[in-house]
Amino acid sequence: MAKVMMKGNEAMALAAIKGGCKAFFGYPITPQSELPEYLAKHMHKHGGVFLQAESEIAAINMVYGASGAGARVMTSSSSPGIALKQEGITYMAGAQLPAVIINVMRGGPGLGGIQPSQADYKQVTRGGGNGDYYVIAFAPEDLQETVNIIKEAFDVADQYRNPVMIAVDGLIGQMMEPVDLDIEVPKRELAEKTWATIGTYGKRPPVNINSLFLDPQGLENHSWNLAKKYNTIKEKEQRYEMVNMKDAELVIVAYGTMSRIVRSALEELNKEGIKVGLLRPITIWPFPEKAFKEIPESVKGILTCELSTGQMIDDVKIANNGKLPVGFFGRTGGMVPEPEEIIKAVKDMLGGLK
Amino acid sequence: MSKVVFEKTKGLTNKEFSYCPGCTHGIIHRLVAEVLEELDILDRTIGISPVGCSVTNYEFFNCDMQQAAHGRAPAVATGIKRVRPDNIVFSYQGDGDLASIGTAEIVHAAHRSENITVIFINNGIYGMTGGQMAPTTLVGQKTTTSPYGRDEKHCGKPIKISELLSAVPGATFIERVSVHNPAHVRKAKKAIKKAFEVQIAGKGFSLVEFISTCPVNWGMKPQDALNWAEENMIAYYPLGNFRTPEEDDK
Ligand SMILES: Cc1ncc(C[n+]2csc(CCOP(=O)(O)OP(=O)(O)O)c2C)c(N)n1
Ligand code: SF4
Repeated sequence: MAKVMMKGNEAMALAAIKGGCKAFFGYPITPQSELPEYLAKHMHKHGGVFLQAESEIAAINMVYGASGAGARVMTSSSSPGIALKQEGITYMAGAQLPAVIINVMRGGPGLGGIQPSQADYKQVTRGGGNGDYYVIAFAPEDLQETVNIIKEAFDVADQYRNPVMIAVDGLIGQMMEPVDLDIEVPKRELAEKTWATIGTYGKRPPVNINSLFLDPQGLENHSWNLAKKYNTIKEKEQRYEMVNMKDAELVIVAYGTMSRIVRSALEELNKEGIKVGLLRPITIWPFPEKAFKEIPESVKGILTCELSTGQMIDDVKIANNGKLPVGFFGRTGGMVPEPEEIIKAVKDMLGGLK
Repeated sequence: MSKVVFEKTKGLTNKEFSYCPGCTHGIIHRLVAEVLEELDILDRTIGISPVGCSVTNYEFFNCDMQQAAHGRAPAVATGIKRVRPDNIVFSYQGDGDLASIGTAEIVHAAHRSENITVIFINNGIYGMTGGQMAPTTLVGQKTTTSPYGRDEKHCGKPIKISELLSAVPGATFIERVSVHNPAHVRKAKKAIKKAFEVQIAGKGFSLVEFISTCPVNWGMKPQDALNWAEENMIAYYPLGNFRTPEEDDK
């Protein structure tokens, strides 16, 4: 199919249907409400279920139930709503239940604002609930990449039996962009969901979906099993893009909407003969530590650019492991910088390094 | 030749109950399990365990089970039932679980008339965490967090869930029963059966509230606890049917 002009939130909804999503449970919140609205209109035509829950807490627990019963299921929300979903997410991680969660991030803390933000990086990447767990988190930079990842995410969630979050910001959700919803995405080999509660029908012993391990040795074993799974994910699923790295003096690390602004800044800098590269995480958990090994010898410093007061910078420092100086540029609260501000930050940092 | 006078229902596994002596959780489990067997729905039933003393009842019910977060069982049940409408779905919840932390979830499951069955255990206390006050604790009743007896000026009068939910238009079947003596056990079983029949017929939300005992945290011997439940709890929580589909048919 050719490209069509679609609003980000609606294209994400359609991508979910194309990814085989059969159930959606959510609660309205700006700036993602067009996503459930689209599914309310169209889900039933594809044999799926749409239900507006009484709260985000209920919605994520409905996702738990539906996933436990073997369905491909999704929810979507924005920052304060994602905060409420954390209880359900940690239960799903513990019970090893797959689901796709779309987080159209907005400003915080508290009720914050409704404009684009990346201030939930830690909430997304650190597992916002209790216990030793992670969600696999993608942070695409434009609508095309977002819809491709949503389509793939259901397979990723099923493969690892773990929630997958797609963290975008309000800009991607709200903007009209040309997008092709029929680009093939890689398919994974998936095992049958023999663990799902669908009734025994006299064919097998009962199964149960559970995150409770009262015996500490049992819980330790379970936790190490999860850790092993997370290590596999770290090994296999790191995704990133390296732009303009050849002979670069400085590398900017930026994701999502921020990386698009950085791209514009790089063009300008290039014209001025200042060589700056972009390391763009596509997964923010697992964080693409491997990319840091590819940073060329010419690079003298790393500038982290975020729509926050500085959250991903911690992961950048861990991956950099003290090798290069790490600087920061950020705007937050829904303020989105102009490329000129990034150009200035680059020049300031390079000046300081000389 | 010996004759079998009592046979364990297929609805229960062989796992020994974890409940204290004299606790009526066990009786209620057996009744639910017998009904699932008698209605021949055990093999298509999915149950939901709460957080509370019955948290591990996924080991006792001999059907597929999901363990839910505290109070969220009605939402989990909703998720299951919506994607598998041909399965029978029930939740089993205590009064801390359902009447306190999970009030939003139970009210809205009733409000949407989710076609599920809820087994609600009202023992007037938080058993699992060691006997704290529940929203259902009677006025004057001593618990570890109402050490001088529940004071209605401080924390209100106990909540009546069956009455509350019967004011929700979507609630199809609501009945309060007790298991303090054999006659009431038989009545309670009839109510459970009715509740599941409502679900089988696709008529919507059904809930059975049980007056239940917690001898350990009430500080009573099992028989005294049964007597106390009869004399005090039933006086405040009247038994009977609050809603039936027949009533709506009229
Ligand atoms: C979110 C959360 N809060 C609190 C608890 C602790 N907790 C475990 S059981 C329970 C109360 C259970 O009481 P009830 O529902 O009346 O069941 P009973 O144990 O009496 O059968 C509480 C508060 C928890 N596990 N999770
Ligand atoms: S603590 Fe109370 S409710 Fe829990 S098993 Fe013991 S008697 Fe039953």
